[in-house]
Amino acid sequence: MKRRPWQRRRDEWLLTLPSLGWLLLLFVIPTALVFAMAFRPVDPYGGIGAGWTLATLRSLGNPNYPAIVWRTLWISAATTVFCVLLAVPAGYGMGRAPAAWRSRLLLLVIVPFWTSFLIRVFAWKLLLHPEGPIKRLLLFLRLTEPGAPLLYCSAAVLLVQVYTFLPFAILPLYAAAEKFDFSLLEAARDLGASRATAFRRVFLPGVRRGLLTAVLMVFIPSLGSYVIPDLVGGTTSEMLGNKIAQRTFVDRNLPHASGLSALLTLAVLAPLAAMWLLQRQRAPWLAKEGE
Amino acid sequence: MKRSRLPLVVLAAVLAFFYLPILVLVVNSFNAARFGGSWGGFSLIWYRRLLRQREIWQALENSLLIAVGATAVSAVVGTTAAIALHRYATRLQRLHYSLIYTPLVIPEILMGMSLLLFFVALGLELGRWTIFLAHVTFCISYVAMVVLARLQDFDFALIEAARDLGASAWVAARRVLLPLLAPGIVAGGLLAFTLSVDDFVVTFFVAGPGATTLPIRIYSMIKHGSPPLINALSTLLLAVTFAAVSVSQRLIKRSAS
Repeated sequence: MKRRPWQRRRDEWLLTLPSLGWLLLLFVIPTALVFAMAFRPVDPYGGIGAGWTLATLRSLGNPNYPAIVWRTLWISAATTVFCVLLAVPAGYGMGRAPAAWRSRLLLLVIVPFWTSFLIRVFAWKLLLHPEGPIKRLLLFLRLTEPGAPLLYCSAAVLLVQVYTFLPFAILPLYAAAEKFDFSLLEAARDLGASRATAFRRVFLPGVRRGLLTAVLMVFIPSLGSYVIPDLVGGTTSEMLGNKIAQRTFVDRNLPHASGLSALLTLAVLAPLAAMWLLQRQRAPWLAKEGE
Repeated sequence: MKRSRLPLVVLAAVLAFFYLPILVLVVNSFNAARFGGSWGGFSLIWYRRLLRQREIWQALENSLLIAVGATAVSAVVGTTAAIALHRYATRLQRLHYSLIYTPLVIPEILMGMSLLLFFVALGLELGRWTIFLAHVTFCISYVAMVVLARLQDFDFALIEAARDLGASAWVAARRVLLPLLAPGIVAGGLLAFTLSVDDFVVTFFVAGPGATTLPIRIYSMIKHGSPPLINALSTLLLAVTFAAVSVSQRLIKRSAS
């Protein structure tokens, strides 16, 4: 029984409309609203006033902001570098483990992240506490001074960011390493490559896509980080996300918060667009074999 | 040829790094001393105090209510989305796919902020309903991706065959497609439920002063409350999570055999 084209078209729309409609209404329009509201004045009751203004745009030139944007970028970049540096060997180790071990190792990586995100950040707050175990150990080893803070600084933010985002780097790299043919490494060694050269010239290009996914999966959410700098960072480690929340909840200045969110959206879209272009070149948007 | 030990050493260190903070938390929840720095002996005092915190139970109730609703709606909408994405290769589906995909990658704070503006612009009162709407919005994408993965090895010729044998479109969908998709829908629904119960950032933006969910309660306890109570609460949540996971693993194994 062959369906007529108009029936197929109607079925397609029926199946697409619920999600398409929902996301247009509650994702696309709100995102557009962020850009529009940045040009609205603030009203004295913490709402949005009538008319249009460039006041928000001008106040983004405030000398505080470049420093915060810069800090957001470097903390995100550093988080990404550390995550990839740890995830490449970890993914390699998991990919090379005997098959029976692989699923167990995978479970071991995932299980801690079934716990609440807030609770994991809180655990670090305890660990890094001035009377906490890490401080005591470092003092005992004479690696730190009694007055030096471990908490409420950029280093603490970076550490907890790496802790939180590391699985997002390990999973794509493990997925890539699992498909990688490790006998290629042995072939490279037989042909005279050193261990380091074989790793760099054969393994890394082989897991290239996993590497790219890992970088984006860490870098993009990290740009919008808010809870981590809020809970373990101090005033000198605020990121863009903290400013957005502060403008929203403390100053009740929604237009200003919108301006900052628009800025963050643009910062996120740039790497995302780069990824889309790279993926388009390699494979069409979805493999559609057998249709 | 000798293999480098370095990857295994890094892997072991990474796993220790993952588990250490959680371990400290659990141990400290049984610590009678108020400050975690020293061991004051084994005690259940923090658990007893926790049980008396009414606000926590109220917040838990809100969380569960919202999660059940968001899971039900996003399971249906996400599944139809996945079927459409898999079945048709049209321009519309290209657009549809990018709309489903983008919420997965953008930072949560952007979704929270934009939804807050949207609700404020519409004049909606912030509360449980706005949290529910926001949760469905991000859950749809996760359900759609999980079901889509399951559909990769589904053969639509089965549906055509059912239709050729005289089944109506509805019967073919219900008797052939749904049973084959059920594991994917259940997995997607479980993911949606977990994400909804655990979500803090989006919820914080759209909650308003009235409705408190468990993560919002935990956040204010971390900011202003007593650490040992959070330790005890975390340990209880961990126990519940592990119990739920091991039960679902067992169910999966049983249905597979």
